[in-house]
Amino acid sequence: MSNLTTVRSIRDAVRSGARSAVEVCEQSLARIEAENPALNAFNTVTRAQALARAAAVDAQPDRAALALAGVPVAVKDNLCTRGVRTTASSKILEQFVPPFDATVVARLEAAGAIVIGKTNCDEFAMGSSNENSGYGPVRNPWDTGRVPGGSSGGSAAAVAARIVPAALGSETGGSVRQPAALCGIVGVKPTYGRVSRYGLVAFGSSLDQVSVFGLTVRDAALVLQTIAGRDERDATTADVEVPDYVGNLGGDLKGARIGVPSALFGEGLDADVRARVEDAVNAYRDLGAEIVDVELPHAGYSIAVYYIIATAEASSNLARYDGVRYGFRAEDPKDLREMYRRTREEGFGAEVKRRIMLGTYVLSSGYYDAYYLKAQQVRTLIRRDFLNAFEKCDAVLTPTSPTPAFRLGEKTDDPLSMYLSDIYTCMANLAGVPGISVPCGLTPSGLPVGFQLMGRHWGESDIIRLAHAYEQAHPLTERPGVRAEG
Amino acid sequence: MLAFAMPPAFSRSDVDKIAALAHLRLSEEEIELFTRQLADILEYANQVQRIDTTGVPPTASVVTRHEADRADEVRPSLTREDALANAPDASLDAGLFKVPRVIG
Repeated sequence: MSNLTTVRSIRDAVRSGARSAVEVCEQSLARIEAENPALNAFNTVTRAQALARAAAVDAQPDRAALALAGVPVAVKDNLCTRGVRTTASSKILEQFVPPFDATVVARLEAAGAIVIGKTNCDEFAMGSSNENSGYGPVRNPWDTGRVPGGSSGGSAAAVAARIVPAALGSETGGSVRQPAALCGIVGVKPTYGRVSRYGLVAFGSSLDQVSVFGLTVRDAALVLQTIAGRDERDATTADVEVPDYVGNLGGDLKGARIGVPSALFGEGLDADVRARVEDAVNAYRDLGAEIVDVELPHAGYSIAVYYIIATAEASSNLARYDGVRYGFRAEDPKDLREMYRRTREEGFGAEVKRRIMLGTYVLSSGYYDAYYLKAQQVRTLIRRDFLNAFEKCDAVLTPTSPTPAFRLGEKTDDPLSMYLSDIYTCMANLAGVPGISVPCGLTPSGLPVGFQLMGRHWGESDIIRLAHAYEQAHPLTERPGVRAEG
Repeated sequence: MLAFAMPPAFSRSDVDKIAALAHLRLSEEEIELFTRQLADILEYANQVQRIDTTGVPPTASVVTRHEADRADEVRPSLTREDALANAPDASLDAGLFKVPRVIG
């Protein structure tokens, strides 16, 4: 039982009947009980529903055909689950029980996966440390005095602590890759339009994409190919064939070209992170890949562009929280206008208010051209930088995060320094290209480091194959210190 | 050459104006905090003004394929009961969301 730590091993054991889905589910639920008091990774544990669903998988005669038969998964609490409270870690949605499932949740369950809980995150996915949650911060399994990253910190911590072998998060500017790096696991953000956003609580609609955490590249790829593909309920999903990411793994790296934008390895990059990522570059050279210099001349502007565009979209998306149709309403308002204002004052946390304010400002009359329009134009230049880079290489390699996991409270008084945690990740969201973060060792003080590969639009297969080749040669063998049954 | 003039410095009166636009009531403490923090963030964001974007089209969406068109047909959707189930105040019988008084 104890060696069932990967999606594939669990799936195979449940398919063959060597293990029941109920046993596996109970093991996962026990891991939550053991670890969650220290981690605060879950907002809601769906024990009864999960056990019932696991029993249904066990009773299914054709379970050998299920891609994720009996695999326990955790789902970020900004993905709607029918009949199960979905808070987006906001007090304004504390009592919200969706009448429908997000498409990705429905697809996971149709494939035999068992959702065991909803994970803590930054409120409305706004944050890089998980400290903006309305339900308390998540802690990093490698050092519970440090953040797991954000915004999908609960999903990352749940996978790193071996509670589940895979989990869903969402990205707007790096909210899966960055916590994956800080927690020593794999995180993959697909191309914009690859995965349905139906049932994902909206933040920045032109940037948001459901993304996947796994302990291994193969597991993350398997989950991604299960949830990917056109959904008529999300008009931005594309009718592009989903490759068999797992089937394409393997082979040597001869002829593969990895682009390294060395100009981005300077100011602000932690020396230990830099050393580990440079080791990864050398490892690729040893594996037979060609390392080429590339330039992304506008990458340095990506944080400025991102925080203009993402907050503008957020200010519009979050206008729906008005106390009328769902969610919290302030008590005894004297009229409608006061109800709106007090509902939003009492229901939203500080970071969400800050971003609504910023987004409203950059969209307001007189500032629209100078900020929002200008940022959209620079977004075009960032996209073009990637297109130019991919003339010379198949993937762009950078650090995922400029630092390892930082201490709780270290950046909470300085929003701008927190925003800079996304410096390497948000450019992929702006360009719409896929990215994957892979663990590449520990710092001398024992904290995980990750590098990321960014690929061409619809080119997840290429970066997943490259990531897998590195992982096979240099697997992260260390485990986090929280109690983990081995 | 700058494509746009640098926007004026961010002030407390801007915070008041935006909060009204966004239907957010803020405490005195939040107003002071946001005046300072948003000024810092906007000063950082002003670096985009340095880039010459003459003739560069804006990117509003990275979607390159448009397959969303479909026939305008009635399809199953949420029942009225489901749609009202999360409302802070609603009349299930009448099928209405209820809000406080709007006119004097």
